[in-house]
Amino acid sequence: MAFDSLAERLQEAFKKLRGKGKLNESDIKEAMREVRLALLEADVNFKVVKTFVKNVSEKAMGSEVLESLTPGQQVVKIVNEELTALMGGSEAKLNFDSSITAFMLVGLQGAGKTTMAGKLALYLRKRNRKPLLVAADIYRPAAIKQLQIVGKQIDIPVFAMGDNVSPVDIAKASMEYARKEGCDVVIIDTAGRLHIDEALMEELKNIKSSVRPMETLLVVDSMTGQDAVNVAESFNNTLDITGVILTKLDGDTRGGAALSIREVTGKPIKFSGIGEKMNDLEVFHPERMASRILGMGDVLSLIEKA
Amino acid sequence: MANFFEKLKTSLAKTRDNITGKMNEVLGLALTIDEDLFEELEEVLISSDIGYETSMKIIEKLRMKIRLEKISEVSLVKGALKEVIAEFMAEGGHDFRVERPTVILVMGVNGVGKTTSIGKLAYKYKAEGKKVILAAADTFRAAAIDQLEIWAKRADVDIVRHQEGSDPAAVVFDALEALRGRKADVLLCDTAGRLHNKKNLMNELEKIRRIIDREYPEATIYSLLVLDGTSGQNAVIQAQEFQKVAQLDGIILTKLDGTAKGGVVLSIKEMLKIPVVYIGVGEGIDDLEDFDAKAFAEALI
Ligand SMILES: Nc1nc2c(ncn2[C@@H]2O[C@H](COP(=O)(O)OP(=O)(O)OP(=O)(O)O)[C@@H](O)[C@H]2O)c(=O)[nH]1
Ligand SMILES: Nc1nc2c(ncn2[C@@H]2O[C@H](COP(=O)(O)OP(=O)(O)OP(=O)(O)O)[C@@H](O)[C@H]2O)c(=O)[nH]1
Ligand SMILES: [Mg+2]
Ligand SMILES: [Mg+2]
Repeated sequence: MAFDSLAERLQEAFKKLRGKGKLNESDIKEAMREVRLALLEADVNFKVVKTFVKNVSEKAMGSEVLESLTPGQQVVKIVNEELTALMGGSEAKLNFDSSITAFMLVGLQGAGKTTMAGKLALYLRKRNRKPLLVAADIYRPAAIKQLQIVGKQIDIPVFAMGDNVSPVDIAKASMEYARKEGCDVVIIDTAGRLHIDEALMEELKNIKSSVRPMETLLVVDSMTGQDAVNVAESFNNTLDITGVILTKLDGDTRGGAALSIREVTGKPIKFSGIGEKMNDLEVFHPERMASRILGMGDVLSLIEKA
Repeated sequence: MANFFEKLKTSLAKTRDNITGKMNEVLGLALTIDEDLFEELEEVLISSDIGYETSMKIIEKLRMKIRLEKISEVSLVKGALKEVIAEFMAEGGHDFRVERPTVILVMGVNGVGKTTSIGKLAYKYKAEGKKVILAAADTFRAAAIDQLEIWAKRADVDIVRHQEGSDPAAVVFDALEALRGRKADVLLCDTAGRLHNKKNLMNELEKIRRIIDREYPEATIYSLLVLDGTSGQNAVIQAQEFQKVAQLDGIILTKLDGTAKGGVVLSIKEMLKIPVVYIGVGEGIDDLEDFDAKAFAEALI
């Protein structure tokens, strides 16, 4: 396959270069070609790649090559540090209201919102909250039923009003219902939609302004390609999202969309979905994501020891 | 695919064009056909998810064409590139024909649009006068059977279903009986979404395919892979892995009504020679079209 790890490629590129000292311009240029390729193959948006490579080149120029490393490893180290810094910073803290907290899950069709709603509910209950799931997808066939089954699996109540009531009204009514039932977190599952569908994006805006959620979370399929930036930018511009959830990371995608989204929205990635079961939720790890995008496995731990 | 373009002209067209108007920008600014232009074109291709290596190959073909046809005007480059891509995608064609009896096994990773595409195909084949049966062989995902049942109603076709949690191979087995017994023309089998790196789930799929081959060897049997048009390079590995267990005959490329271009099918075509047969352009029952290489190239750049 064409997807050799970046680390391997850099070793290859630096095979002849055994000398130590400072990294010079031509070393870096050669290495950056490989970095650029690795990021593109990981589906990082090409514009994001450009900026990133430029920044890393500047950082790497003239930096000392550590005694224990080859120049190739040194570049990997710098790239990895930069990537982690870019994606990290903030940890997956959810924000809560003093009374009833609303969370809203939004995103493209099939990204994993309904499944994630269930996973989050379970996660919150384990932390002594009383969540309520809200079926606000009135469009997709059997979407309400799906959430009801999910709710039943984990024994969490599901609020539904059928598919003849507007999602905005469902969301509003769910807050009232939560109050009556003594639930303290309301998780709203919305229908998948295209970021360019103005009418449906408007609907989300209306839900948001009527329930004032503490978290508006964009759910993104980690297999997404170059378009991730358009999607994230549009959702963020319309809804001012508070965070991102990356799903289907149990696959073997490099998941470069994570970097693209982080870069264009500046919003933190809070959780990852790592399977279809209700327990398959993890707090997002920036360092792991960085080495995953670079495809670096063992070489990294070798470098960390240095 | 004319239909699709008419649709683009209406509701979503404006926003879509704002987001994806790269190509015209590139060519509008270029004055001469030079290395800078090729480099920018390469970026346009990469931003359509074509992938680095395949993009390089396409650009090589474009260079050759420009040389051979002595193209010297920047304004002609776009057309030439479209031709290169269309030819590339049309190469070999496909021999996908639905005649009685045909079994179509639909597969793919999670959430790509399998069930929806089956609903659309059922509607299409039914409109062509065929007798269609659906098999609800996703017995795993919550409400997957109910979802397919709603599509069966919409398309007004029969469905064979068992309980949630039952053996999907048994559903397919029964559905094959129904296909034979009811003298239907085509059986469409929905399967659960599965990531290609999950060994046991891929084995399950392999078993389903084997049962179809064994139980109904006289039928024309097709395996169709559904790919999400927004997916990136991972789709190449998906195609490779599903190919191994179920002998892919074609691809259904969905969600092309968004701003993603689905360019990864070029890499798949290049490496695995699997043709695209249908495209999905919305969530409605008639939002499915035959793949047309020319129109695809048109939309891509
Ligand atoms: N392997 C894997 N599958 C997942 C994950 N999250 C969701 N899925 C699967 O992805 C598919 C789509 O998930 P849904 O939760 O229905 O997605 P959605 O965003 O609600 O979809 P729409 O409502 O149609 O827009 C289902 O088959 C889920 O089981 C994950 O982290 N890993
Ligand atoms: N915009 C758009 N949405 C689509 C298209 N095809 C399917 N969808 C939507 O994508 C989501 C997932 O579709 P499904 O048909 O449930 O996908 P699936 O592959 O069967 O999913 P699993 O069975 O969970 O793996 C639904 O919300 C569909 O309405 C398409 O061509 N365009
Ligand atoms: Mg849903
Ligand atoms: Mg399905």
